[in-house]
Amino acid sequence: MNIHLHISETPLDIMACIGLVTGPASGGIDVFIGTVRDATQGKAVVRLEFEAYESMALREMQKIAVQCFERWPVQAMAIHHRTGVLQVGEVAVIIAVSAAHRSAAFEACRYAIDTLKQTVPIWKKEVFEDGEVWVAAHP
Amino acid sequence: MHIKIRTFGIAKEICGGPILQLEVPDHATAGEVKQLLIEQFPRFGGLACFLLAVNEEFAEPDTLLASADEIAIIPPVSGG
Repeated sequence: MNIHLHISETPLDIMACIGLVTGPASGGIDVFIGTVRDATQGKAVVRLEFEAYESMALREMQKIAVQCFERWPVQAMAIHHRTGVLQVGEVAVIIAVSAAHRSAAFEACRYAIDTLKQTVPIWKKEVFEDGEVWVAAHP
Repeated sequence: MHIKIRTFGIAKEICGGPILQLEVPDHATAGEVKQLLIEQFPRFGGLACFLLAVNEEFAEPDTLLASADEIAIIPPVSGG
């Protein structure tokens, strides 16, 4: 399975991710890019801080990619995630999927980001002018 | 037995550092250690949820722990 996973403390490269999954048999490439938004519930975000349990995160990302290959006729996948301090507008995560036809690429890409947000041990802290919150930590 | 627990995210703040050393009964389960953590650090009880990971796999409540295991506290994840 053509799976490329990466957790990086330096800025991610969207074109590189596209290049990792593109091949002559690809008819469609779907790319999800998660970026840092400037506000949460009307409150201005100063920055995000991402932390990962890196070895386990890579294992869980691998499981997600394998599930995609099992469920859809995808050809290649790249899942790249940042750690460290991110400013508004920066790219936090890239998921790129290629397939012969677009339907599999769309579905696998959506599944991958939805599942990553549920199972991969990565955490983000929102920093505001007046405090910090670990997202989803409290009910 | 003596176990070492890696902490991440808000758990690191709750425990006061990246590694927590804990004395637990031999043959303790993940569920029992979670309960011990809540007793020792009540703030864990206020989280939406938390799991333990044992050797980089999510643990069930009845997963048995050993002192050589890599154990981690996994607060609610928020990647992506």
